[in-house]
Amino acid sequence: MKALCWFGKKDVRVETVPDPQILNPRDAIVRITRTAICGSDLHLYDGYIPTLEQGDILGHEFMGEVVEVGREVKKLKVGDKVVVPFTICCGQCYFCKNELWSACDNTNPNAHVLEALNGHNAAGLFGYSHMYGGYAGGQAQYVRVPMADVGPIQVPNDIPDEKVLFLSDIFPTGYQAAEACDIKPGQVVAVWGCGPVGQFAIRSAFMLGAGRVIAIDRFPERLQLAARANAEVINYEETPDLIETLKTMTGGRGPDACIDAVGMEAHGHSVDAYIDETKQALKLTFDRAMVLRQAMQVCRKGGIVSIPGVYGGFLDKVPFGSAFAKGLTLKMGQTHMLRYMKPLLERIQNSEIDPSEIISHRVTLQDAPRMYDVFCKKEDHCTKVVLDPWADGLAA
Amino acid sequence: MAAAGGLLVFQGFRESHKTARPIHVERSFTISKPVGEVFNFWRNFENLPKFMRHLNTVEVTDQTRSHWEARAPLGTSISWEAQITDERENDYILWESLPGGAVEHRGSIQFRNAPFADATEVIVSLDYRPPVGKVGALFARLFGENPERQIREDLRRFKQLMEAGEIPTIEGQPSGRRSPFVRMMHAASAERTSVRERTSPVSA
Repeated sequence: MKALCWFGKKDVRVETVPDPQILNPRDAIVRITRTAICGSDLHLYDGYIPTLEQGDILGHEFMGEVVEVGREVKKLKVGDKVVVPFTICCGQCYFCKNELWSACDNTNPNAHVLEALNGHNAAGLFGYSHMYGGYAGGQAQYVRVPMADVGPIQVPNDIPDEKVLFLSDIFPTGYQAAEACDIKPGQVVAVWGCGPVGQFAIRSAFMLGAGRVIAIDRFPERLQLAARANAEVINYEETPDLIETLKTMTGGRGPDACIDAVGMEAHGHSVDAYIDETKQALKLTFDRAMVLRQAMQVCRKGGIVSIPGVYGGFLDKVPFGSAFAKGLTLKMGQTHMLRYMKPLLERIQNSEIDPSEIISHRVTLQDAPRMYDVFCKKEDHCTKVVLDPWADGLAA
Repeated sequence: MAAAGGLLVFQGFRESHKTARPIHVERSFTISKPVGEVFNFWRNFENLPKFMRHLNTVEVTDQTRSHWEARAPLGTSISWEAQITDERENDYILWESLPGGAVEHRGSIQFRNAPFADATEVIVSLDYRPPVGKVGALFARLFGENPERQIREDLRRFKQLMEAGEIPTIEGQPSGRRSPFVRMMHAASAERTSVRERTSPVSA
């Protein structure tokens, strides 16, 4: 089959590799019909995530058709159309049983790496480095899906792939971020970052009863997309004092909840490596921690700061005093996908939202290496890239 | 008390061997299965090789005795006899190797109800005292650089097997790696169109 493989910093290639096979009784093989490049794939592309190996297949947003099931797979059958969540969950451990799906104990073959790093292990992820299990990802024609009875959800055949594809990560991720804000009717939510997760956070905040959503970014096309969802937009590059602007917009109170959909990625196997990398990347780290700092500073007293943006390692100069003084609640973490996939599928079926509106590029798998570059540089108004792994050729 | 006395003896022979490095691992897990089920699984020592990669087989020979065989390089093996020295159902099991075996080994596992339904907290403690000389060298190669981590991972596999019914793996999955094996696989898959490719409809 054809698959997009990582070979190093800014070096991804489409290779012919062996087809995946059933390795465990609870595995299924899915023939992928649509797959996407996620903003977090760019961190792999940029070489920020350690424990990737040359030849690793990337991709964690995908869907397709079940073509083979292991002997312990009972719920899925060959021919089912499924969307597969990016986290792999056993369904049996304390965390799965308590709907803390992304904390699953039993799906990461390299659990000890995260355990050493964070104190505890987390769920295995598709196509997201060996510290998250090293599972081959879904920017490919086929993928092996472990614990296939737990994660994948069946979707009706008559629904277009593009409408449900983002149930695999970014729609639930944006929704969880908004849900964490515990929005009361009419409240004001500010969202930093209008990439795909930010877009879904904005839309979800309205669904959950927000009166106003204020969206903050610097790319005009992303702000336009936010405005289309009725958000009030701020281009922070054109705003001298963001904190004062947000206070002015909210009668001096500050937003009731703030969502950091930007995040920061610091990386390493060990504490030392983290500190080293943080030092090396100080400029970058500083820039990105800025969002969390601003959110804590401006959030109204007793408000909620919700963090879907990915953080790793140590943060520098986070105004914890401000968070304490104002009695803020901080909510964060990887998405507990299975809480949201079915309810959000219903919302899509009820036409409450059409997730495909954020797609800017539809290309072939062959085109993926070029699109990584375009998406990375935010060229060509690129907000979201969807790949058809079976279409031939390169787009113009 | 019997166990404590045994431990002193064990410490004693530890000190009498200066060259081979003893291995001690202690680890606690919560397993979302009732105590009885977890106890019974472990109590049948023949199950241990299902998650302990360093073990080839364990054969239970009578109510308390068992024959253990560890994998060693080049198809060889290292074996010893072990005996359960103390146990209480759904509470704890203590065992140790009998004198005269190739390896000195002792272990204990405690079981208790977790503070939520149908779950068990286990505390496992394992000690290996590798022999000196040739067998000791084999033993060291069996466990590699970090024997404690290997054994800790064995115990994690115990939990994975009990809860998920299988041990997660990526061994055998595809990648674009350029090893000779992968190149060979590439050649093979290029020669014959895959069955799936032939039978699956091409998407619109």
